[in-house]
Amino acid sequence: MTDAGDPAAPSVPTMKSAHNLIARDLQLERGARSIIKGLSFDIRSGQVLILRGANGSGKTSLLRILAGLTLPDAGTVAWDGEKPKALSAAWRNAALYLGHTNALKDDFTAQENLLDALSVDGIDVTPNAQLAALDKVGLLDRRQVLARRLSQGQKRRVGLARLSLALSHTPRKPLWLLDEPTNALDGQGVALFTGLIGEHLNGGGIACIATHLALNLSSPVTEMNLDSPMGALQ
Amino acid sequence: MDARLVHPAPSVSPERGVLVALARDIKLAARSKGEVAQALAFFVVVVSLFPLAIGPETALLKRIAPGVVWVAALLSVLLTLPRVLASDYADGTLEQLALSVYPLPLIVAGKIVAHWLMTGLPLALLSPVLGLQFGLQAHELSVLFASLILGTPILSMIGAIGAALTLGVRGGSILLALLVLPLYIPVLIFGAGAVEQAMVALDFSANLSLLGAILLLGGLVAPLAVAAAVKISLD
Repeated sequence: MTDAGDPAAPSVPTMKSAHNLIARDLQLERGARSIIKGLSFDIRSGQVLILRGANGSGKTSLLRILAGLTLPDAGTVAWDGEKPKALSAAWRNAALYLGHTNALKDDFTAQENLLDALSVDGIDVTPNAQLAALDKVGLLDRRQVLARRLSQGQKRRVGLARLSLALSHTPRKPLWLLDEPTNALDGQGVALFTGLIGEHLNGGGIACIATHLALNLSSPVTEMNLDSPMGALQ
Repeated sequence: MDARLVHPAPSVSPERGVLVALARDIKLAARSKGEVAQALAFFVVVVSLFPLAIGPETALLKRIAPGVVWVAALLSVLLTLPRVLASDYADGTLEQLALSVYPLPLIVAGKIVAHWLMTGLPLALLSPVLGLQFGLQAHELSVLFASLILGTPILSMIGAIGAALTLGVRGGSILLALLVLPLYIPVLIFGAGAVEQAMVALDFSANLSLLGAILLLGGLVAPLAVAAAVKISLD
């Protein structure tokens, strides 16, 4: 097995290039309120879906459905043609989900949190690769600091370090589901994030990102505004 | 290469999920040693209140010893149950565990073992010392210890199911107690019963065997039940 299969991204282990994520007529209701109604889209390897919309417009709910955490009331989501039940193995092996919480343990340091997330992802990382990733996201000198003492932006950067290591290690997670990943990040952090997304897409990955920022991506971008009726594609 | 791509994680053996969760929760508990010590201190204080309240009536104290130690153990375990899942639920790491490459029932099994190592095992180890306060004899102390070693893992298992069902519920801790304590009754009866039978020189092995049977059954069912309840809570 060589990791240099894709000339566009030689350092990135390549993935099967035929991944696709297809949603049809998704509906979600909470109480009497309809949060998502009749949403459909297709995304394929190398494509990114940017979710826009006001607070409470259903971006998080949609990402949770795509992650398999929430079951839609109607409609289907299919990953590579499979229609997995919630949290089935196919889904868990494919999806990397960064929620609106940072998913950090306050009592762990930045580095321990990174290690914890990676071990849950089933990724073994050498200490040198950990340090390199922490350096890349600017947390090298803060790596021994407890997460409770990190700033909001620094907490987000732990997530970026996880994305960075997920890119260069197996098992690769082809489907990234990111909920407001740019919140609290400074300009340099957003640039770093955009670079990671670019690398992921070049390697044949798929990303769904809820964000209010305009990301400067070279890959094909599908934007979806959840405010507009029927979630029309723009 | 293609085999790896179709199943993105063949190198990951699912059983490792138990160890990953176990190591993680023990490391977390080591960061907040106070919580572990508090549950033990609570156990010691509650058990010690009875001799003070009842006075030096040796026969009566000895008679109630098994029940007192067992009830105190139930309550101590109950106090620590929110630690199993609630903090992971609050900070979002439970979602990550649910989405792990490892199956959720195995992760949950690791968490239950970790919870027992942090609460049930220390309680069982302390129990002979507390039993001495009540004038229990050596063989009675050993039966008390054996009943707690077999019984406390069941308390962790049933408790984890309750903890998973009450995730995110307002006033969850009282609901958790109301949900879990009735389910603890069989364990309490067989556990305290074993010691009482040892005290009157009857055969206590049936009670311990029943505890062992519940333990085996719980070991099979509880991780699946907790995983199902966690999925519902996260939805």
